[in-house]
Amino acid sequence: MAKEQLTDGAAPALVVSHLTKRFGDRSAFEDVSFEVARGEVFGFLGPNGAGKTTTVRTLGTLIAPTSGSAVVAGIPLSAATGAEIRQLISVMPENPGLYVRLTVQENLELFAGLYGLASPGARIAGVLETVNMAPRARDLCGRLSKGLRQRVGLARALLSDPVVMFLDEPTSGLDPVASRDVHDLIASLRERGVTVFLTTHRLEEAERLCDRVAILNTRLLAVGPPEQLRTQLFRSSLVVETAARLPAPEAIFTPEMGVDKWTPDGDAAYVLTVAEPRMAAPRVTRALVAAGADVVSIAVSHHSLEDVYLELVEADPEAGR
Amino acid sequence: MIGLDVGRLAAVARKEAREYRRTPFIIGAMAVLPLIFMINPVITIFAIGATVKSATVAKAVGATFLVLLVVPAVIPASIAAYSVVGERDQGTLEPLLTTPVRRGEILIGKALVAAVPAVGIAYILFALAVILAHFFAGNPTVAATLTEGSHILAQALFAPLLAVWSIGVGTAISARSSDVRVAQQLGTLASLPPLAVTALVSFQIVPLGVWTAVGFGLGLLVIDIAMWRGVVATFDRERLITGSRAAKTTGVGPGGSVGPGEVRRIRFTGGTDVG
Ligand SMILES: Nc1ncnc2c1ncn2[C@@H]1O[C@H](COP(=O)(O)OP(=O)(O)OP(=O)(O)O)[C@@H](O)[C@H]1O
Ligand SMILES: [Mg+2]
Repeated sequence: MAKEQLTDGAAPALVVSHLTKRFGDRSAFEDVSFEVARGEVFGFLGPNGAGKTTTVRTLGTLIAPTSGSAVVAGIPLSAATGAEIRQLISVMPENPGLYVRLTVQENLELFAGLYGLASPGARIAGVLETVNMAPRARDLCGRLSKGLRQRVGLARALLSDPVVMFLDEPTSGLDPVASRDVHDLIASLRERGVTVFLTTHRLEEAERLCDRVAILNTRLLAVGPPEQLRTQLFRSSLVVETAARLPAPEAIFTPEMGVDKWTPDGDAAYVLTVAEPRMAAPRVTRALVAAGADVVSIAVSHHSLEDVYLELVEADPEAGR
Repeated sequence: MIGLDVGRLAAVARKEAREYRRTPFIIGAMAVLPLIFMINPVITIFAIGATVKSATVAKAVGATFLVLLVVPAVIPASIAAYSVVGERDQGTLEPLLTTPVRRGEILIGKALVAAVPAVGIAYILFALAVILAHFFAGNPTVAATLTEGSHILAQALFAPLLAVWSIGVGTAISARSSDVRVAQQLGTLASLPPLAVTALVSFQIVPLGVWTAVGFGLGLLVIDIAMWRGVVATFDRERLITGSRAAKTTGVGPGGSVGPGEVRRIRFTGGTDVG
């Protein structure tokens, strides 16, 4: 019994398997499978029309999948379990959708009532504090700037202390300062162990905030931690700069040094493709020194998540449909 | 059917009431329409001379009676026609539907807030007409006819039943609309047919007695129930969000999914080596 509870506590927040949603004969997303662990911030990346919002709506029980299955917050997704799942999750849609004629406080009171929260007053004060909106509680939402509305939307999503929070492009249309605000908030949620399913097409956002990301373009192209996606997709490379052109680089940049391939990059610089930069870099350095070369610099070159994303999405035959 | 939660119902109703209080067109309609609809009864009350035959009085009072029923029919239709498309317009429909709220709670919460003021206003107008007739009518039969048991019963029954029809039909139109104005115009139009039925009584094509009032009341109740069944059946989350209902869902057997901490390339056809 105790063991069961333990494993139950560790059960994934989301298990999605072979999920497909079609509108007529067009697929919004197709055969999508992944899992999200509790406490994870999971990034869902994809170009416009990739099916991100439709996925959120499907997992948020607003629309039924055409085929496949999912377990949301430990409950299998079905028409009958919708209400039960909705009690455990929260969704912030692309447009935060606040009642503009109601105050911040009144908007949150509605949702506190809909979730049946026990002590709504304290809870509302708490989430407003979290998003730094406590002084604006009495303002009409219609008078708030876009960034502040987004914060109220986040406060609303936090209200019921959900097992999973779905945030659909929480920074779209925000200026850099407001975006950073939202980023900081998500980072603080992560510290507090909130599970966040974050859709975005802003890669630096995903890279900064997410433990793992999935790249979607109707079909899922990749899933993994940003770091691992990078190393898996792109062989690492070392950039070597020497004081003078090497007389015989082919004798130094050999497979024995861990170098798979090398190309000159300008006059006295070389780009080496390596499997393991941490292993290859010291060896190459020693070999260069032994050969009497003056090493100016040797550096591991990184690929950003953006490189990964563009590589995957552009190579996808369905791109630009 | 679905169990309703009083707390959630109250939350929806409270939010609706707060929104309406701050919506000028609704406050305007609630204030101005009743004034317009009081014109005819006042004229009837003051214009009928002391010597007019009682049959003519009955005819005039019948018309007054019909006019007083326009309020509970038309005002809530316009409010209800706004209720769903207005939320869609503001972008609040989707967040609302992602909460545990049941459709019954949304529908009843919204309906109550549209119905209660309209029916309340209708009753107040009727009471006003009776009071005016009692103190100021030149012909004593006016007050007597207005306060006949069958007239009071008909007002009491027809006002809420007409409001329930209007709200149902207005909500149904609202749920399918993308344009607030079109929804409101259609909603107002659709609120009129049952009013035509009550016109049979008003124009004394069917004489009004206690039993005709009850009979017409039951008739209205039946069409109200039938129409609301349709509203509830089609008030479905997917339809409200996407405009169409999904085909039947089919499950697919278990398959490999990607666990936390693993990386899997699902499909990738381009080159792997860059740089
Ligand atoms: N209600 C609908 N009816 C028909 N097709 C739809 C519907 N909703 C979405 N689609 C289609 O499904 C696909 C995925 O749309 P979706 O909104 O999920 O993309 P997205 O990844 O959220 O895009 P964006 O980045 O622009 O928000 C698109 O081709 C879209 O046209
Ligand atoms: Mg989207």
